[in-house]
Amino acid sequence: MTGNMEQSPISTDAIIIGAGPVGLFAVFELGLNDVKCHLVDILDRPGGQCAELYPEKPIYDIPAVPVCTGAELTERLLEQITPFHPHFHFGQMAERLEKTPEGKWRLTTDSGTILEAPVVVIAAGGGSFVPKKPPIKGIDAYEGKSVFYSVRKMEEFRDRKLVIAGGGDSALDWVINLQPIAKHITLVHRRDEFRAAPDSVMKMRALVAEGAMDLKIANITSVLGEGGMISAVELHDEHKAHHNLACDRLLAFYGLTMKLGPVAHFGINLHENLIPVDTATFETNVATIFAIGDINTYPGKMKLILSGFHEAALMAKKVFAYIHPDRRYRFQYTTSSSDLQQKLGVSEAA
Amino acid sequence: MRIYCTDMEGTEKELVATEEWSVMEIIREGGIPILAQCGGSCACATCHIYVDPAWKSKIPEPTEEEIGMLDGAFEVTQDSRLACQIIFNKNLDGMKIKLGPGSI
Ligand SMILES: Cc1cc2nc3c(=O)[nH]c(=O)nc-3n(C[C@H](O)[C@H](O)[C@H](O)COP(=O)(O)OP(=O)(O)OC[C@H]3O[C@@H](n4cnc5c(N)ncnc54)[C@H](O)[C@@H]3O)c2cc1C
Ligand code: FES
Repeated sequence: MTGNMEQSPISTDAIIIGAGPVGLFAVFELGLNDVKCHLVDILDRPGGQCAELYPEKPIYDIPAVPVCTGAELTERLLEQITPFHPHFHFGQMAERLEKTPEGKWRLTTDSGTILEAPVVVIAAGGGSFVPKKPPIKGIDAYEGKSVFYSVRKMEEFRDRKLVIAGGGDSALDWVINLQPIAKHITLVHRRDEFRAAPDSVMKMRALVAEGAMDLKIANITSVLGEGGMISAVELHDEHKAHHNLACDRLLAFYGLTMKLGPVAHFGINLHENLIPVDTATFETNVATIFAIGDINTYPGKMKLILSGFHEAALMAKKVFAYIHPDRRYRFQYTTSSSDLQQKLGVSEAA
Repeated sequence: MRIYCTDMEGTEKELVATEEWSVMEIIREGGIPILAQCGGSCACATCHIYVDPAWKSKIPEPTEEEIGMLDGAFEVTQDSRLACQIIFNKNLDGMKIKLGPGSI
Protein backbone atom coordinates (compact mmCIF):
# COMPACT_ATOMS: atom_id res chain seq x y z
CA MET A 1 0.00 0.00 0.00
CA THR A 2 1.18 3.48 -0.75
CA GLY A 3 0.45 5.16 2.56
CA ASN A 4 -1.73 8.23 2.35
CA MET A 5 -0.55 9.41 -1.04
CA GLU A 6 -3.58 10.46 -3.08
CA GLN A 7 -3.83 8.58 -6.35
CA SER A 8 -5.53 9.58 -9.60
CA PRO A 9 -9.28 8.92 -9.55
CA ILE A 10 -10.69 5.67 -10.92
CA SER A 11 -14.01 6.10 -12.72
CA THR A 12 -16.77 3.54 -12.55
CA ASP A 13 -20.60 3.32 -12.57
CA ALA A 14 -21.21 2.35 -8.96
CA ILE A 15 -19.07 2.29 -5.84
CA ILE A 16 -20.08 -0.42 -3.39
CA ILE A 17 -18.97 0.08 0.21
CA GLY A 18 -18.71 -3.33 1.83
CA ALA A 19 -17.94 -6.68 0.22
CA GLY A 20 -20.14 -8.78 2.50
CA PRO A 21 -22.66 -11.19 0.97
CA VAL A 22 -25.01 -8.35 0.09
CA GLY A 23 -22.35 -6.15 -1.51
CA LEU A 24 -21.23 -9.18 -3.53
CA PHE A 25 -24.71 -10.00 -4.76
CA ALA A 26 -25.24 -6.34 -5.65
CA VAL A 27 -22.47 -6.79 -8.23
CA PHE A 28 -24.60 -9.48 -9.85
CA GLU A 29 -27.82 -7.51 -9.98
CA LEU A 30 -26.03 -4.37 -11.14
CA GLY A 31 -24.09 -6.38 -13.71
CA LEU A 32 -27.30 -7.69 -15.28
CA ASN A 33 -28.26 -4.03 -15.62
CA ASP A 34 -24.98 -3.05 -17.31
CA VAL A 35 -23.68 -1.23 -14.26
CA LYS A 36 -19.98 -1.72 -13.49
CA CYS A 37 -18.74 -1.74 -9.91
CA HIS A 38 -15.79 -1.21 -7.65
CA LEU A 39 -15.99 -2.50 -4.08
CA VAL A 40 -14.17 -1.26 -0.99
CA ASP A 41 -13.78 -3.25 2.22
CA ILE A 42 -11.61 -2.77 5.27
CA LEU A 43 -11.23 -6.55 5.54
CA ASP A 44 -8.51 -8.16 3.47
CA ARG A 45 -10.97 -10.52 1.77
CA PRO A 46 -14.62 -10.72 0.65
CA GLY A 47 -17.52 -12.13 2.68
CA GLY A 48 -18.12 -9.63 5.49
CA GLN A 49 -19.59 -11.26 8.59
CA CYS A 50 -19.77 -14.65 6.82
CA ALA A 51 -16.00 -14.62 6.30
CA GLU A 52 -14.94 -12.92 9.50
CA LEU A 53 -17.35 -14.24 12.12
CA TYR A 54 -18.53 -17.64 10.94
CA PRO A 55 -16.63 -19.06 7.95
CA GLU A 56 -17.01 -22.62 9.28
CA LYS A 57 -20.55 -22.37 10.63
CA PRO A 58 -23.58 -23.56 8.67
CA ILE A 59 -26.33 -21.35 7.20
CA TYR A 60 -29.66 -23.09 6.55
CA ASP A 61 -31.91 -20.33 5.26
CA ILE A 62 -30.52 -19.40 1.88
CA PRO A 63 -33.33 -20.24 -0.56
CA ALA A 64 -32.62 -23.45 -2.48
CA VAL A 65 -29.33 -24.01 -0.65
CA PRO A 66 -30.31 -26.35 2.20
CA VAL A 67 -26.95 -25.84 3.90
CA CYS A 68 -23.68 -24.05 3.27
CA THR A 69 -21.04 -22.47 5.51
CA GLY A 70 -20.20 -18.77 5.62
CA ALA A 71 -17.06 -19.45 3.60
CA GLU A 72 -18.96 -21.53 1.03
CA LEU A 73 -21.61 -18.85 0.58
CA THR A 74 -18.87 -16.31 -0.09
CA GLU A 75 -17.13 -18.60 -2.59
CA ARG A 76 -20.37 -19.24 -4.46
CA LEU A 77 -21.22 -15.55 -4.64
CA LEU A 78 -17.74 -14.83 -5.99
CA GLU A 79 -18.25 -17.50 -8.64
CA GLN A 80 -21.65 -16.09 -9.52
CA ILE A 81 -20.31 -12.57 -10.06
CA THR A 82 -17.17 -13.47 -12.03
CA PRO A 83 -18.80 -12.64 -15.39
CA PHE A 84 -19.02 -9.01 -14.24
CA HIS A 85 -15.34 -8.60 -13.32
CA PRO A 86 -15.78 -6.55 -10.16
CA HIS A 87 -12.77 -4.61 -8.87
CA PHE A 88 -11.98 -5.03 -5.21
CA HIS A 89 -10.12 -2.62 -2.96
CA PHE A 90 -9.43 -4.64 0.17
CA GLY A 91 -7.81 -3.56 3.40
CA GLN A 92 -9.12 -0.04 2.89
CA MET A 93 -11.58 2.04 4.85
CA ALA A 94 -14.04 4.08 2.79
CA GLU A 95 -13.38 7.30 4.56
CA ARG A 96 -14.66 10.41 2.78
CA LEU A 97 -17.53 10.97 0.38
CA GLU A 98 -17.97 14.21 -1.49
CA LYS A 99 -19.53 15.59 -4.68
CA THR A 100 -17.27 16.49 -7.58
CA PRO A 101 -17.93 19.65 -9.61
CA GLU A 102 -19.39 17.37 -12.34
CA GLY A 103 -21.93 16.03 -9.84
CA LYS A 104 -20.38 12.61 -9.37
CA TRP A 105 -19.53 11.01 -6.03
CA ARG A 106 -15.89 10.91 -5.05
CA LEU A 107 -14.95 8.33 -2.43
CA THR A 108 -11.51 8.45 -0.84
CA THR A 109 -10.13 5.56 1.17
CA ASP A 110 -7.64 5.67 4.02
CA SER A 111 -4.92 4.44 1.69
CA GLY A 112 -5.54 7.20 -0.81
CA THR A 113 -7.54 5.31 -3.44
CA ILE A 114 -10.03 7.65 -5.11
CA LEU A 115 -13.11 6.27 -6.80
CA GLU A 116 -15.58 8.37 -8.78
CA ALA A 117 -19.04 7.27 -9.83
CA PRO A 118 -22.56 8.61 -10.29
CA VAL A 119 -23.92 6.10 -7.77
CA VAL A 120 -22.86 4.84 -4.32
CA VAL A 121 -24.25 1.67 -2.77
CA ILE A 122 -23.66 1.34 0.95
CA ALA A 123 -23.58 -2.34 1.89
CA ALA A 124 -21.70 -1.72 5.12
CA GLY A 125 -23.54 -4.37 7.13
CA GLY A 126 -22.96 -4.19 10.87
CA GLY A 127 -20.28 -1.59 10.18
CA SER A 128 -16.62 -1.77 9.35
CA PHE A 129 -14.54 -4.46 11.02
CA VAL A 130 -12.00 -2.78 13.26
CA PRO A 131 -9.76 -4.12 16.04
CA LYS A 132 -11.27 -4.48 19.51
CA LYS A 133 -9.65 -2.07 21.91
CA PRO A 134 -9.03 -3.14 25.48
CA PRO A 135 -11.04 -1.10 28.02
CA ILE A 136 -7.89 0.24 29.68
CA LYS A 137 -8.13 3.76 31.10
CA GLY A 138 -6.10 6.33 29.19
CA ILE A 139 -4.95 3.91 26.48
CA ASP A 140 -6.16 6.30 23.72
CA ALA A 141 -3.24 8.62 24.46
CA TYR A 142 -0.80 5.87 23.43
CA GLU A 143 -2.60 4.58 20.34
CA GLY A 144 -0.66 5.03 17.14
CA LYS A 145 2.44 6.12 19.09
CA SER A 146 3.46 3.13 21.17
CA VAL A 147 0.29 1.01 21.32
CA PHE A 148 -0.93 -0.63 18.11
CA TYR A 149 -3.71 -3.00 17.08
CA SER A 150 -2.20 -3.99 13.75
CA VAL A 151 1.19 -3.96 12.08
CA ARG A 152 1.52 -1.51 9.21
CA LYS A 153 5.32 -1.32 9.21
CA MET A 154 7.43 -4.03 10.80
CA GLU A 155 10.28 -1.52 11.21
CA GLU A 156 8.24 0.19 13.92
CA PHE A 157 9.13 -2.77 16.15
CA ARG A 158 12.81 -3.22 15.34
CA ASP A 159 14.96 -3.26 18.48
CA ARG A 160 11.88 -2.67 20.64
CA LYS A 161 11.00 -4.26 23.92
CA LEU A 162 7.65 -5.50 22.74
CA VAL A 163 4.60 -6.88 24.50
CA ILE A 164 2.16 -8.74 22.26
CA ALA A 165 -1.28 -9.47 23.74
CA GLY A 166 -3.72 -12.11 22.53
CA GLY A 167 -4.04 -15.82 21.87
CA GLY A 168 -5.16 -16.16 18.27
CA ASP A 169 -3.48 -16.40 14.89
CA SER A 170 -2.72 -12.68 14.59
CA ALA A 171 -0.92 -12.59 17.93
CA LEU A 172 1.10 -15.72 17.19
CA ASP A 173 1.93 -14.81 13.59
CA TRP A 174 3.33 -11.47 14.73
CA VAL A 175 5.23 -13.05 17.60
CA ILE A 176 6.94 -15.30 15.07
CA ASN A 177 7.51 -12.58 12.46
CA LEU A 178 8.73 -9.90 14.83
CA GLN A 179 10.84 -12.06 17.14
CA PRO A 180 13.93 -11.88 14.88
CA ILE A 181 13.92 -8.06 14.73
CA ALA A 182 12.54 -7.03 18.13
CA LYS A 183 14.91 -6.60 21.06
CA HIS A 184 12.65 -8.74 23.20
CA ILE A 185 9.11 -10.09 22.99
CA THR A 186 6.75 -11.08 25.77
CA LEU A 187 3.48 -12.70 24.73
CA VAL A 188 0.71 -12.04 27.24
CA HIS A 189 -2.41 -14.19 27.11
CA ARG A 190 -5.11 -14.91 29.67
CA ARG A 191 -4.68 -18.70 29.56
CA ASP A 192 -2.07 -21.20 28.55
CA GLU A 193 -4.00 -22.32 25.50
CA PHE A 194 -4.06 -20.76 22.05
CA ARG A 195 -6.69 -20.71 19.33
CA ALA A 196 -4.23 -20.61 16.47
CA ALA A 197 -2.65 -22.83 13.83
CA PRO A 198 -0.96 -25.71 15.70
CA ASP A 199 2.24 -25.04 13.78
CA SER A 200 2.41 -21.43 15.05
CA VAL A 201 1.74 -22.57 18.62
CA MET A 202 4.62 -25.05 18.32
CA LYS A 203 6.97 -22.41 16.97
CA MET A 204 6.06 -19.99 19.75
CA ARG A 205 6.54 -22.65 22.43
CA ALA A 206 9.92 -23.54 20.95
CA LEU A 207 11.01 -19.88 21.13
CA VAL A 208 9.92 -19.77 24.78
CA ALA A 209 11.80 -23.01 25.52
CA GLU A 210 14.96 -21.62 23.89
CA GLY A 211 14.69 -18.50 26.02
CA ALA A 212 14.27 -16.36 22.89
CA MET A 213 11.03 -14.84 24.22
CA ASP A 214 8.74 -14.87 27.25
CA LEU A 215 5.18 -16.03 27.73
CA LYS A 216 3.09 -14.62 30.57
CA ILE A 217 -0.33 -15.94 31.51
CA ALA A 218 -2.16 -12.84 32.70
CA ASN A 219 -4.52 -10.00 31.81
CA ILE A 220 -3.19 -6.53 31.04
CA THR A 221 -4.97 -4.17 33.42
CA SER A 222 -3.22 -0.86 32.75
CA VAL A 223 -0.54 0.86 30.75
CA LEU A 224 2.11 3.13 32.24
CA GLY A 225 4.11 5.81 30.50
CA GLU A 226 4.16 9.44 29.55
CA GLY A 227 3.41 11.58 26.51
CA GLY A 228 2.01 8.65 24.58
CA MET A 229 5.13 6.56 25.10
CA ILE A 230 4.51 3.38 27.03
CA SER A 231 7.07 2.27 29.64
CA ALA A 232 5.31 -0.76 31.14
CA VAL A 233 2.10 -2.73 31.26
CA GLU A 234 0.54 -3.85 34.50
CA LEU A 235 -0.31 -7.53 34.56
CA HIS A 236 -2.86 -9.28 36.72
CA ASP A 237 -2.38 -13.03 36.93
CA GLU A 238 -4.85 -15.72 37.97
CA HIS A 239 -3.70 -15.54 41.59
CA LYS A 240 -4.76 -11.89 41.47
CA ALA A 241 -1.16 -10.76 41.86
CA HIS A 242 -0.21 -7.54 40.07
CA HIS A 243 3.15 -6.76 38.60
CA ASN A 244 4.66 -4.46 36.03
CA LEU A 245 6.36 -5.55 32.84
CA ALA A 246 8.64 -2.98 31.22
CA CYS A 247 8.19 -2.44 27.47
CA ASP A 248 8.28 0.32 24.87
CA ARG A 249 5.69 -1.03 22.43
CA LEU A 250 2.40 -2.88 22.92
CA LEU A 251 0.65 -4.76 20.13
CA ALA A 252 -2.80 -6.00 21.15
CA PHE A 253 -4.81 -8.56 19.15
CA TYR A 254 -8.23 -9.23 20.68
CA GLY A 255 -10.09 -9.83 17.44
CA LEU A 256 -12.34 -7.53 15.45
CA THR A 257 -15.58 -5.73 16.21
CA MET A 258 -18.03 -3.90 13.95
CA LYS A 259 -18.23 -0.11 14.18
CA LEU A 260 -20.30 2.13 11.91
CA GLY A 261 -17.24 4.28 11.23
CA PRO A 262 -16.92 6.99 8.55
CA VAL A 263 -20.32 6.25 6.96
CA ALA A 264 -21.74 8.28 9.86
CA HIS A 265 -20.22 11.42 8.28
CA PHE A 266 -21.38 10.89 4.69
CA GLY A 267 -24.26 13.33 5.19
CA ILE A 268 -27.08 10.80 4.90
CA ASN A 269 -29.85 10.38 7.45
CA LEU A 270 -29.21 7.83 10.17
CA HIS A 271 -31.56 6.24 12.66
CA GLU A 272 -29.80 4.49 15.57
CA ASN A 273 -26.74 3.88 13.41
CA LEU A 274 -28.82 2.43 10.57
CA ILE A 275 -29.72 4.07 7.27
CA PRO A 276 -33.43 4.59 6.55
CA VAL A 277 -34.35 3.76 2.95
CA ASP A 278 -37.27 3.85 0.55
CA THR A 279 -38.34 0.21 0.19
CA ALA A 280 -39.21 0.54 -3.49
CA THR A 281 -35.66 1.45 -4.47
CA PHE A 282 -33.47 1.22 -1.34
CA GLU A 283 -32.33 4.75 -2.00
CA THR A 284 -31.41 6.84 1.04
CA ASN A 285 -32.60 10.39 1.66
CA VAL A 286 -29.79 11.49 -0.66
CA ALA A 287 -30.55 10.73 -4.32
CA THR A 288 -28.07 8.30 -5.98
CA ILE A 289 -26.88 6.94 -2.61
CA PHE A 290 -28.40 3.54 -1.82
CA ALA A 291 -28.20 1.35 1.28
CA ILE A 292 -28.78 -2.42 1.27
CA GLY A 293 -28.24 -5.32 3.66
CA ASP A 294 -27.78 -5.15 7.43
CA ILE A 295 -26.93 -1.43 7.38
CA ASN A 296 -30.40 -0.25 6.33
CA THR A 297 -33.67 0.05 8.20
CA TYR A 298 -37.32 0.23 7.19
CA PRO A 299 -40.57 -1.00 8.72
CA GLY A 300 -40.40 -4.78 9.00
CA LYS A 301 -36.67 -5.05 8.24
CA MET A 302 -35.08 -8.40 9.05
CA LYS A 303 -31.30 -8.62 9.10
CA LEU A 304 -31.08 -11.70 6.93
CA ILE A 305 -28.94 -12.43 3.93
CA LEU A 306 -32.00 -13.17 1.82
CA SER A 307 -33.48 -9.74 2.60
CA GLY A 308 -30.25 -8.14 1.40
CA PHE A 309 -30.40 -10.11 -1.85
CA HIS A 310 -33.94 -8.89 -2.53
CA GLU A 311 -32.92 -5.33 -1.71
CA ALA A 312 -30.03 -5.57 -4.19
CA ALA A 313 -32.40 -6.49 -7.04
CA LEU A 314 -34.70 -3.53 -6.43
CA MET A 315 -31.77 -1.17 -5.93
CA ALA A 316 -30.25 -2.24 -9.26
CA LYS A 317 -33.41 -1.37 -11.15
CA LYS A 318 -33.28 2.23 -9.92
CA VAL A 319 -29.52 2.46 -10.48
CA PHE A 320 -30.07 1.37 -14.10
CA ALA A 321 -32.27 4.43 -14.59
CA TYR A 322 -29.48 6.69 -13.28
CA ILE A 323 -26.66 5.11 -15.27
CA HIS A 324 -28.56 4.52 -18.52
CA PRO A 325 -31.15 7.32 -18.60
CA ASP A 326 -31.55 6.93 -22.36
CA ARG A 327 -32.51 3.24 -22.13
CA ARG A 328 -35.85 1.70 -21.15
CA TYR A 329 -35.74 -0.76 -18.27
CA ARG A 330 -36.73 -4.20 -19.46
CA PHE A 331 -37.84 -6.89 -17.01
CA GLN A 332 -36.27 -10.19 -18.05
CA TYR A 333 -35.59 -13.69 -16.72
CA THR A 334 -32.09 -15.14 -16.80
CA THR A 335 -33.69 -18.41 -17.93
CA SER A 336 -35.04 -17.03 -21.15
CA SER A 337 -33.29 -13.77 -21.95
CA SER A 338 -30.49 -14.21 -24.48
CA ASP A 339 -29.40 -10.69 -23.62
CA LEU A 340 -28.87 -11.57 -19.92
CA GLN A 341 -27.30 -14.89 -20.85
CA GLN A 342 -24.80 -13.11 -23.02
CA LYS A 343 -23.82 -10.91 -20.08
CA LEU A 344 -23.42 -14.02 -17.95
CA GLY A 345 -21.28 -15.63 -20.62
CA VAL A 346 -23.59 -18.64 -20.89
CA SER A 347 -25.26 -18.04 -24.25
CA GLU A 348 -23.99 -19.62 -27.43
CA ALA A 349 -23.51 -16.20 -28.93
CA ALA A 350 -21.14 -15.24 -26.09
CA MET B 1 -39.28 -16.13 36.54
CA ARG B 2 -36.59 -13.50 36.91
CA ILE B 3 -32.91 -12.84 36.61
CA TYR B 4 -31.05 -9.87 38.06
CA CYS B 5 -28.59 -8.12 35.79
CA THR B 6 -26.17 -5.39 36.85
CA ASP B 7 -25.16 -3.11 33.96
CA MET B 8 -21.78 -1.47 33.34
CA GLU B 9 -22.80 1.51 35.51
CA GLY B 10 -23.49 -0.79 38.43
CA THR B 11 -27.29 -0.54 38.36
CA GLU B 12 -29.16 -3.77 39.01
CA LYS B 13 -32.29 -4.49 37.00
CA GLU B 14 -34.83 -7.27 37.38
CA LEU B 15 -35.51 -8.99 34.06
CA VAL B 16 -38.34 -11.29 33.06
CA ALA B 17 -36.79 -14.61 32.07
CA THR B 18 -38.27 -17.11 29.64
CA GLU B 19 -37.33 -20.77 29.63
CA GLU B 20 -35.21 -21.93 26.69
CA TRP B 21 -34.13 -18.38 25.89
CA SER B 22 -30.46 -17.56 26.17
CA VAL B 23 -29.43 -15.17 28.91
CA MET B 24 -28.22 -12.80 26.14
CA GLU B 25 -31.74 -12.67 24.68
CA ILE B 26 -33.23 -12.12 28.13
CA ILE B 27 -30.89 -9.18 28.71
CA ARG B 28 -31.61 -7.71 25.28
CA GLU B 29 -35.39 -8.14 25.63
CA GLY B 30 -35.19 -6.60 29.09
CA GLY B 31 -33.95 -3.38 27.54
CA ILE B 32 -30.35 -3.47 28.77
CA PRO B 33 -28.04 -2.59 25.89
CA ILE B 34 -25.74 -5.49 25.03
CA LEU B 35 -23.72 -5.63 21.81
CA ALA B 36 -24.13 -9.36 21.08
CA GLN B 37 -22.89 -8.70 17.56
CA CYS B 38 -23.09 -12.26 16.30
CA GLY B 39 -26.66 -12.67 17.47
CA GLY B 40 -25.90 -15.55 19.81
CA SER B 41 -23.66 -17.74 17.68
CA CYS B 42 -20.66 -17.90 20.02
CA ALA B 43 -18.67 -15.98 17.43
CA CYS B 44 -18.00 -12.49 18.84
CA ALA B 45 -17.58 -12.44 22.66
CA THR B 46 -19.57 -9.19 22.85
CA CYS B 47 -22.07 -10.77 25.26
CA HIS B 48 -19.49 -11.23 28.06
CA ILE B 49 -21.02 -11.46 31.55
CA TYR B 50 -19.91 -12.44 35.05
CA VAL B 51 -22.12 -15.02 36.75
CA ASP B 52 -22.53 -14.67 40.51
CA PRO B 53 -20.39 -17.48 41.98
CA ALA B 54 -23.38 -18.77 43.97
CA TRP B 55 -25.13 -19.64 40.70
CA LYS B 56 -22.23 -21.11 38.77
CA SER B 57 -22.80 -24.71 39.83
CA LYS B 58 -26.35 -24.63 38.39
CA ILE B 59 -25.13 -23.85 34.86
CA PRO B 60 -23.56 -26.43 32.55
CA GLU B 61 -19.79 -25.98 32.09
CA PRO B 62 -18.75 -23.87 29.10
CA THR B 63 -17.81 -25.74 25.93
CA GLU B 64 -14.28 -25.57 24.48
CA GLU B 65 -15.69 -23.24 21.83
CA GLU B 66 -17.04 -20.82 24.44
CA ILE B 67 -13.79 -20.86 26.44
CA GLY B 68 -11.90 -20.12 23.23
CA MET B 69 -14.24 -17.33 22.23
CA LEU B 70 -13.77 -15.68 25.64
CA ASP B 71 -10.25 -14.84 24.44
CA GLY B 72 -11.96 -12.02 22.55
CA ALA B 73 -13.44 -10.52 25.76
CA PHE B 74 -11.65 -8.40 28.36
CA GLU B 75 -10.96 -8.83 32.06
CA VAL B 76 -12.00 -12.45 31.86
CA THR B 77 -12.20 -14.20 35.24
CA GLN B 78 -13.33 -17.58 36.60
CA ASP B 79 -16.88 -16.16 36.59
CA SER B 80 -16.83 -15.03 32.96
CA ARG B 81 -19.31 -16.55 30.52
CA LEU B 82 -20.86 -15.69 27.18
CA ALA B 83 -24.50 -14.85 27.89
CA CYS B 84 -25.66 -16.34 24.59
CA GLN B 85 -24.34 -19.74 25.61
CA ILE B 86 -26.36 -20.02 28.83
CA ILE B 87 -29.85 -21.30 28.21
CA PHE B 88 -32.28 -20.25 30.92
CA ASN B 89 -34.28 -22.88 32.81
CA LYS B 90 -36.32 -22.79 35.99
CA ASN B 91 -33.32 -23.79 38.14
CA LEU B 92 -31.81 -20.42 37.23
CA ASP B 93 -34.80 -18.42 38.51
CA GLY B 94 -33.33 -15.56 40.56
CA MET B 95 -29.81 -15.82 39.09
CA LYS B 96 -27.56 -12.78 39.42
CA ILE B 97 -25.26 -11.68 36.62
CA LYS B 98 -23.21 -8.63 35.71
CA LEU B 99 -22.31 -7.29 32.27
CA GLY B 100 -18.62 -7.63 31.48
CA PRO B 101 -16.24 -5.36 29.52
CA GLY B 102 -16.70 -5.65 25.80
CA SER B 103 -20.45 -6.23 26.01
CA ILE B 104 -21.54 -2.65 25.30
C1 LIG C 1 -22.57 -15.95 13.51
C2 LIG C 1 -23.60 -15.42 12.56
C3 LIG C 1 -24.51 -16.28 11.98
C4 LIG C 1 -25.45 -15.79 11.06
N1 LIG C 1 -26.32 -16.67 10.48
C5 LIG C 1 -27.19 -16.22 9.53
C6 LIG C 1 -28.09 -17.11 8.88
O1 LIG C 1 -28.13 -18.31 9.18
N2 LIG C 1 -28.91 -16.60 7.92
C7 LIG C 1 -28.91 -15.28 7.57
O2 LIG C 1 -29.65 -14.89 6.67
N3 LIG C 1 -28.07 -14.42 8.18
C8 LIG C 1 -27.22 -14.86 9.15
N4 LIG C 1 -26.39 -13.99 9.78
C9 LIG C 1 -26.48 -12.55 9.41
C10 LIG C 1 -25.74 -12.29 8.11
O3 LIG C 1 -24.39 -12.71 8.21
C11 LIG C 1 -25.82 -10.82 7.79
O4 LIG C 1 -27.18 -10.50 7.57
C12 LIG C 1 -25.03 -10.50 6.53
O5 LIG C 1 -23.65 -10.75 6.74
C13 LIG C 1 -25.23 -9.05 6.14
O6 LIG C 1 -24.52 -8.84 4.96
P1 LIG C 1 -24.02 -7.41 4.52
O7 LIG C 1 -23.31 -7.63 3.24
O8 LIG C 1 -25.17 -6.47 4.60
O9 LIG C 1 -23.02 -6.93 5.66
P2 LIG C 1 -21.69 -7.56 6.33
O10 LIG C 1 -21.64 -9.02 6.15
O11 LIG C 1 -21.69 -7.00 7.70
O12 LIG C 1 -20.53 -6.90 5.47
C14 LIG C 1 -20.30 -5.52 5.49
C15 LIG C 1 -18.88 -5.25 5.09
O13 LIG C 1 -18.71 -3.83 4.93
C16 LIG C 1 -17.44 -3.47 5.40
N5 LIG C 1 -17.46 -2.04 5.71
C17 LIG C 1 -18.38 -1.35 6.43
N6 LIG C 1 -18.09 -0.04 6.46
C18 LIG C 1 -16.95 0.11 5.72
C19 LIG C 1 -16.16 1.24 5.37
N7 LIG C 1 -16.47 2.48 5.76
N8 LIG C 1 -15.06 1.01 4.62
C20 LIG C 1 -14.71 -0.24 4.21
N9 LIG C 1 -15.44 -1.33 4.51
C21 LIG C 1 -16.55 -1.15 5.25
C22 LIG C 1 -17.23 -4.35 6.61
O14 LIG C 1 -15.86 -4.47 6.92
C23 LIG C 1 -17.87 -5.67 6.14
O15 LIG C 1 -16.93 -6.55 5.57
C24 LIG C 1 -25.47 -14.43 10.71
C25 LIG C 1 -24.56 -13.57 11.30
C26 LIG C 1 -23.62 -14.05 12.21
C27 LIG C 1 -22.63 -13.12 12.82
S1 FES D 1 -23.60 -12.91 21.02
FE1 FES D 1 -21.73 -13.27 20.03
S2 FES D 1 -20.73 -14.66 21.35
FE2 FES D 1 -22.62 -14.30 22.32
